Amino acid sequence: MAQFEKANSLHEWLDQRLAIDTLERVLAKEYWIPKNINFLWAMGMVLAFTFGILLVSGIFLLMYYQPNVKLAFDSVNYTIMREVEFGWLWRHVHAVAASVVFLIIYIHMFTGIYYGSYKKGREMIWISGMLLFVTFSAEAFSGYMLPWGQMSYWAGMVITNLFSVGSLELNGLVEWIRGDYVPGQAFLDRFFMLHVLLLPLAILGLIGLHFGALRIPHVNNQDGEEIDFEAEAAKYKAGNKKEAKVIAFKPDFLSKDMFVLSVFLIFFFYLVFWHYSFAMDPINFDPADPMKTPPHIYPEWYFLWSYEILRPFPKDPGLVAFGIAQVIFFLIPFLDRSPNVAPAVRRGKFNIWFWVMLVDVIVLTVMGKLPPEGIFSTIGLVATVVFFALWISLPFITKNEKAV
Amino acid sequence: MAENSRRDFMGKVFGGWAALGGLGVLYAAKKTWDPLPSVKAAGFTTVDLSAAEPNVLNVEKWRGKPIFILKKTPDMEKSDRDVVVGKDRFLVAIGLCTHLGCIPAYRPDKKDFLCACHGGMFDTSGDNIKPPPPSPLVIPPFKVDGTKLVLGEEGPEYKKMKEAGLIA
Repeated sequence: MAQFEKANSLHEWLDQRLAIDTLERVLAKEYWIPKNINFLWAMGMVLAFTFGILLVSGIFLLMYYQPNVKLAFDSVNYTIMREVEFGWLWRHVHAVAASVVFLIIYIHMFTGIYYGSYKKGREMIWISGMLLFVTFSAEAFSGYMLPWGQMSYWAGMVITNLFSVGSLELNGLVEWIRGDYVPGQAFLDRFFMLHVLLLPLAILGLIGLHFGALRIPHVNNQDGEEIDFEAEAAKYKAGNKKEAKVIAFKPDFLSKDMFVLSVFLIFFFYLVFWHYSFAMDPINFDPADPMKTPPHIYPEWYFLWSYEILRPFPKDPGLVAFGIAQVIFFLIPFLDRSPNVAPAVRRGKFNIWFWVMLVDVIVLTVMGKLPPEGIFSTIGLVATVVFFALWISLPFITKNEKAV
Repeated sequence: MAENSRRDFMGKVFGGWAALGGLGVLYAAKKTWDPLPSVKAAGFTTVDLSAAEPNVLNVEKWRGKPIFILKKTPDMEKSDRDVVVGKDRFLVAIGLCTHLGCIPAYRPDKKDFLCACHGGMFDTSGDNIKPPPPSPLVIPPFKVDGTKLVLGEEGPEYKKMKEAGLIA
């Protein structure tokens, strides 16, 4: 056994046994962040905190929720909303956070694209981030099933039908996923399990991977400058903080993070207390009815862009387009052939590519919400074609990009 | 060297057993997710067609799915997919759009089905007339028994349609 001396404080006692000082130094006090960043670099912390909010509010909801097709609707809309004190608060916090977390994810993603933060050693940051996006999507979808309203049921029907993969007619696979011919008890139970255990576990693991992926290449900065982190850290530690291009994660960067987080939380709780209804579809306040499809089915706003890509095509091409749209963002580190790590504004054609892509995704989102008729169908089709044209053109427009 | 190869051997044996166990777990997991016997045993549904009114859509429930039954009016186009009971012709089909499974709504004035999800349309024979649905509404297994229709059982009329490739 190692030698232990008598500790003079709880801190020392813990440090002897767990090396908490070393841990804090490695993870925070000597984890270096470039100075040359802006508020968009705080989105990671905002996301981590919002995930915490979802976890805590979810734990409280879990104490009264009943994963049973006969009881689920009332356990949410009567027990939690009317009987449990502050039950409404947990539900509204959970619903608003689930919606807003996607807004921040999209901001975080497009920030990464704008500044080229996915190349030259940062590929795994991007890929682990995309894996988080996919897992969050599955988490959002499985959670949407739980109140067992009309939108839950019919979204469940439509999304599980995707697994028949068009003309392959893999109905056996769809029935296997549902455990029934239609979404029923088995379906609700397994999506409940996914939502409260398996997917949150996966998310926690992926957050660890995402943070880990940052350590070696470090965070990017506003100019894509390659920083010698060891040299700059040495300046900082020598007391020359003014000239050092880096700051410590704790306490310097954390204080900036906390400020942005505070602003975000004002916006967040404003939504929770005054505008929670945007995160609650009125149709989902009707109990699930397998005999009646609601006149309009559309997903939550954050899935609309890819839903719109599914719509204008016949079944099989639509599914192929949808499938590609789901994974294409994974490939951006490899489709962007330019070695430049720089903000899009300095990258010529890529700047146009970036803004057209952003606007196109917004157009797809808006069209996904509108009924698939007349001019809306046409605009949706054009936006879908533009989406794919952009991805096909990306390697060509970046290949001959001038070095900056 | 001898030590190493012995260690390698033990590692391989462990790996082999672990892989076998893993396969067993996967098989059990797959079977656990299969529909339960009580779900599969969802029985037969019998529908009496004698009281049906032309151009009025009846929706029955079979295995949790809606079944469209529509008595055709004489001006509606005849189809080999029609279920003939006495002198009357019926559309009998699973009422789920063949695109992604929404229930299309019947419009008696226009005599067609419109799916609200993605705008697909079907005529009164269940044939798809506007994409995205890639195929006609599916005809469930049925048997004609006098003026009654038994859903879930394959009668001679159903088998004939199946052979002709008309059921979906």
